[in-house]
Amino acid sequence: MANNNKLKRADIIFSTYSVDPYDVLDMAMKKGKTDVINELIESGLRGRGGAGFPTGLKWKFMAQENNEEKYIICNADEGEPGTFKDRKLLVDVPRKVISGMAIAGWATNSKKGIIYLRAEYNNLIPALEKEIEVFNKYASKFDLDFSVNIYSGAGAYVCGEETALIESMEGKRGEPRNKPPFPIQSGYLGKPTLVNNVETFAAASMVCRYGAKKYESYGTSDQHGSKLFSLSGDSPKEGVHELELGMKISDFVEEYGDGDTKAVQIGGVAGFCIPRKEFDQTIIGEGNTTGGATMIFNSTRSMYNVIHNYLDFFAEESCGQCTPCRVGTQQLLKGVEAVKAGNKPESYLDDLVKLSKTMKLTSKCGLGQSVTNSFSSIVKNFREEMIY
Amino acid sequence: MSKINLIIDGQSIEVEKGITIMDAAKKINVNIPTLCHHEDLCVAGNCRVCVVEVKNHERLEASCAVPAEDGMEILTNTAKVRNARKDIVSLLVSEHNTQCTTCYRNTNCELQDLAAEYNVDGDRYLSVLKPNIKVDKSSWAIEKDDSKCVRCQRCVRTCAELQHVNALTVSHKGDEMKISTFADLPFNEVVCTNCGQCVNRCPTGALTERRYFDDVWEAIGDPDKHVVMNTAPSVRVALGEMFGNEVGTRVTGKMVTAMRKMGADSVLDTDFAADLTIIEEGNELLTRLKGALVDGDTSIKLPMITSCSPGWVKFIEHMFPNYLDHLSTCKSPQQMFGAMTKTYYAEKKGVDPKDIVSVAVMPCAAKKYEANRPEMNSSGYRDIDAGLTTREFGLMIKQAGLDFNNLEDSEFDSIMGQSTGAGIIFGATGGVMEAALRTAYAVVTGRSVPFENLNITAVRGTEGIRAASIKIEDTLPEWSFLEGVDLNVAVAHGLKNARVIMDEVAAGTSTYHFIEVMGCPGGCIGGGGQPIPTNAEIRAKRTKAIYEEDMSKPIRMSHENPEITQIYEEFLEKPLGHKSHDLLHTSYRKRNRY
Amino acid sequence: MTKIEQLVNDLTGKYGKERKSLMPILQGIVKEKRYVDNTDMVHIARALDISAADVYGVASFYSFIENNEMGKYVIRICKSITCEMKGKHKILKALEEELRIKLGETTHNKRFTLLETNCLGLCDVGPAMLINEEPYTKLTPEKVHEILVDYRNEVK
Ligand SMILES: Cc1cc2nc3c(=O)[nH]c(=O)nc-3n(C[C@H](O)[C@H](O)[C@H](O)COP(=O)(O)O)c2cc1C
Ligand code: SF4
Ligand code: SF4
Ligand code: SF4
Ligand code: SF4
Ligand code: FES
Ligand code: FES
Repeated sequence: MANNNKLKRADIIFSTYSVDPYDVLDMAMKKGKTDVINELIESGLRGRGGAGFPTGLKWKFMAQENNEEKYIICNADEGEPGTFKDRKLLVDVPRKVISGMAIAGWATNSKKGIIYLRAEYNNLIPALEKEIEVFNKYASKFDLDFSVNIYSGAGAYVCGEETALIESMEGKRGEPRNKPPFPIQSGYLGKPTLVNNVETFAAASMVCRYGAKKYESYGTSDQHGSKLFSLSGDSPKEGVHELELGMKISDFVEEYGDGDTKAVQIGGVAGFCIPRKEFDQTIIGEGNTTGGATMIFNSTRSMYNVIHNYLDFFAEESCGQCTPCRVGTQQLLKGVEAVKAGNKPESYLDDLVKLSKTMKLTSKCGLGQSVTNSFSSIVKNFREEMIY
Repeated sequence: MSKINLIIDGQSIEVEKGITIMDAAKKINVNIPTLCHHEDLCVAGNCRVCVVEVKNHERLEASCAVPAEDGMEILTNTAKVRNARKDIVSLLVSEHNTQCTTCYRNTNCELQDLAAEYNVDGDRYLSVLKPNIKVDKSSWAIEKDDSKCVRCQRCVRTCAELQHVNALTVSHKGDEMKISTFADLPFNEVVCTNCGQCVNRCPTGALTERRYFDDVWEAIGDPDKHVVMNTAPSVRVALGEMFGNEVGTRVTGKMVTAMRKMGADSVLDTDFAADLTIIEEGNELLTRLKGALVDGDTSIKLPMITSCSPGWVKFIEHMFPNYLDHLSTCKSPQQMFGAMTKTYYAEKKGVDPKDIVSVAVMPCAAKKYEANRPEMNSSGYRDIDAGLTTREFGLMIKQAGLDFNNLEDSEFDSIMGQSTGAGIIFGATGGVMEAALRTAYAVVTGRSVPFENLNITAVRGTEGIRAASIKIEDTLPEWSFLEGVDLNVAVAHGLKNARVIMDEVAAGTSTYHFIEVMGCPGGCIGGGGQPIPTNAEIRAKRTKAIYEEDMSKPIRMSHENPEITQIYEEFLEKPLGHKSHDLLHTSYRKRNRY
Repeated sequence: MTKIEQLVNDLTGKYGKERKSLMPILQGIVKEKRYVDNTDMVHIARALDISAADVYGVASFYSFIENNEMGKYVIRICKSITCEMKGKHKILKALEEELRIKLGETTHNKRFTLLETNCLGLCDVGPAMLINEEPYTKLTPEKVHEILVDYRNEVK
């Protein structure tokens, strides 16, 4: 049942169905571990943290790692401006997230689960701890050897990158590591570590609940299931929306815009800024990130201010270790300022776009690599706004 | 080791699995530029200068960090690669205080080389150099200028991995990221040993030794001053590198001539003081052994540990302040030399010690600090007035307009210019131990150490910690308490290994009687003040040269040095005597560990 | 034992003395006194037997671990894109006027410190800010006034 590119609301993750997620865990445990992983592969679920790696495959690799000590990490560092769906999940359906973690732990023979929670969400800790207590009761009832702990971040966007997150948990600066080795091979404390996004765990739990077939039937042929969108900006309907994948931007704008939409930022500040003339594109098609942050800008917004704000963010939140990202982000920021002030010719924008491409080619991690997405798209599509 | 096949720039090669793309490329003489990479250190992969194209990879890969894999097709010289590298170097230049003409690293700077290689345009990007960066000149030994830093983190890795001191860290993030001491305190207030290893590995002028050569020139030019220069053993096996000689070339004779031509009033040999150290330290060891083993004096601490490496001395003062009694009380050869220069030498030459300027040319940065330690004035004057590194000395030779490679050889002046092979080998790790054993064994048994050509190979080598045991047999009557004793010794170099040895001492599990510790990897030949670059291969060649120099010496045991016999007869009277105590021995102080 | 030594002692008791305990310990101190000064860092270094420079390097990386003295209430206003669109500047101005301090400063009575921060994950309900760990959303200058009155009166 392919989606006909019209916007479709889905009601999976936030649905208040009668099955307790911990019973889903119980259901999963009654199947074989390989069955559960295969089902996940079949469902076509991709990571919801941004990189979009097939989740089932990741779990499979993790299951193959032979080690007594293995870690399941729930990445709740959600720091991308415009993203807040993980927060909503942790507030509204923490049980689905934890059950997803527990299923992962059980299926991959990992006994330790950790939620890396960004410092900005510290106020959620008491409620989460209560939920963990509930989980612990179930776990002992099911005889499941899996613990969940919360690890609090301390204010660094880059720690959402999985290897930086691991460094941070080891008491170090959150500087992304060289890859390979990948966390599955050598992660937290050198042990096999599976890192998934909050939403990914919740979705995995849903796959177990409904089965791959049903889950796969949502969305388009290459984008399966439902997806949470964090919507903010010039929209009367800001908030988190669960939609089937595969709709067109124009449908999205029609539904959520304020009638005066000039551009949509898809995939958070690390994603692309799509101008009105390109609204024909499908969301989460080629190259769009799966993080699900969407920001709508109407005609009153200065796109110069927008890119300036993004670049300021990147220059500050880069870990600073690698040259293209540390210096490149500063150059882009100073560069657009200089063009705006008339201190550099308009053609300098082209030099900057080239530089951002070099950053994409050579940066060590996704942060530096993705700056070009929003930068090139804004500079290309709103060039006149960049100039004095 | 399993093998893999890959193609680099169209050339197929077979390499061991696990090596990086860069190392694979090296095997077929494909050069890839680097900046954050250093042979001595773990992979950082942060400068991104070494990127290459790997077929079917969306992005470029850092060749220093990515392992070569079977079937990879790699291109190191495409427009994409060249443009990316040029962009990266341009970015580095844009945050750099490019002042090459006035920079100490001018003509020996990796950023400068890269910028030249890629012909970067200084106006390509705006300057993002942080304003108001102050150079930290608080330390006697190290200068830190953040405006010249490329943030390669080599210094941080050096201080952490090789030295286990961790005086430097990366601080802040993003555009604020920089290299810092604790809380950005001045260098002289933090736990830094002044070893200079970070300086030696810094690719740019961001970390340099504090320079004293202008003071030395001034003294040379002052007719009222009598300038005495002395050079450490490892300078003569490394100085040649600064004049294009092959690594490991011995330039002792030319070095002596150069100093004379520069205008030094007297050109002497620190090796003489090394021999003197052996006499004092050897006797101290034997006295300690007697005290501890025969008299059962519990206040005497064993193992005794050498004290000739000032970086090491500051390290133990910081890190193991409760174990300072284990340190030999002997000053380092440099400081013994200084004290003798302003007393014995002055007397013999009839020069007023107040007019003497003693200059030590050292492979070391910490010696600058040592020379300035307040207690180093037992002669009534500063024992040593200026400590120069090999690098500074090389520069002075250039400033003097000397055609170094074509200088004739000449001999050190007398007195305090004669030395033995034992003094020479102080320059390499294990050398002090070997020299001490040569003499101690001879003193105790009346025979030479039972090793071919006196070469105690067990204490030589590059292993971080080496242990040996020597059975003492058929002693002379006065040393009969040592009959049959197995003398357990150990050698450690690089402060990382020093820490391991000291942890044992602190835990009470150390079974050694005598330990040699050198602060720098490889010993002085790998010192922080040696020519840049220094790496394992270079250290090995310098070490080889040291042992060749030893073999070339007619006398190879310190106690047979006639000038040593003479100094005891004429001045010091006896080892560990009253005068020695005043002039040649010192004390230590406790410092903060954190 | 000083108060801070006691605190570090308690925290190492709770989290252990391995390197991986560094972050929870730093956070524990932040929770207690809002910032980690140089003396605190030396105590931590001693407790974990790592170099003080390493502690500094880690602490300075994270924006929620402040080195300078902070007021009892640390206000962090979001400066990221949607909050900016929704009038963050007005809110900042209201805060500055209300507290009579500039961004980055602490009030004389050491009660409030005013900082900016990046996205708080409250973009749909911006402009947003945190006071210590407590989020405040859909801010208006009037709301800011009310919130601060509550804090001043220690209602909170
Ligand atoms: C700069 C940067 C920030 C990231 N932040 C997050 C984040 O906040 N949450 C997240 O789940 N993944 C984040 N990621 C992606 C993670 O590295 C990783 O791919 C993800 O957690 C894997 O989970 P998934 O497969 O479930 O998506 C970030 C990546 C980068 C490069
Ligand atoms: S790309 Fe940026 S965030 Fe990533 S490692 Fe490099 S400097 Fe750090
Ligand atoms: S560090 Fe290198 S590039 Fe920088 S000023 Fe000195 S010589 Fe020039
Ligand atoms: S001189 Fe030695 S101890 Fe000091 S910072 Fe450099 S490497 Fe570390
Ligand atoms: S001081 Fe030197 S070694 Fe250290 S990061 Fe800067 S350039 Fe590299
Ligand atoms: S040399 Fe490879 S990244 Fe620096
Ligand atoms: S932009 Fe302010 S909370 Fe996200």
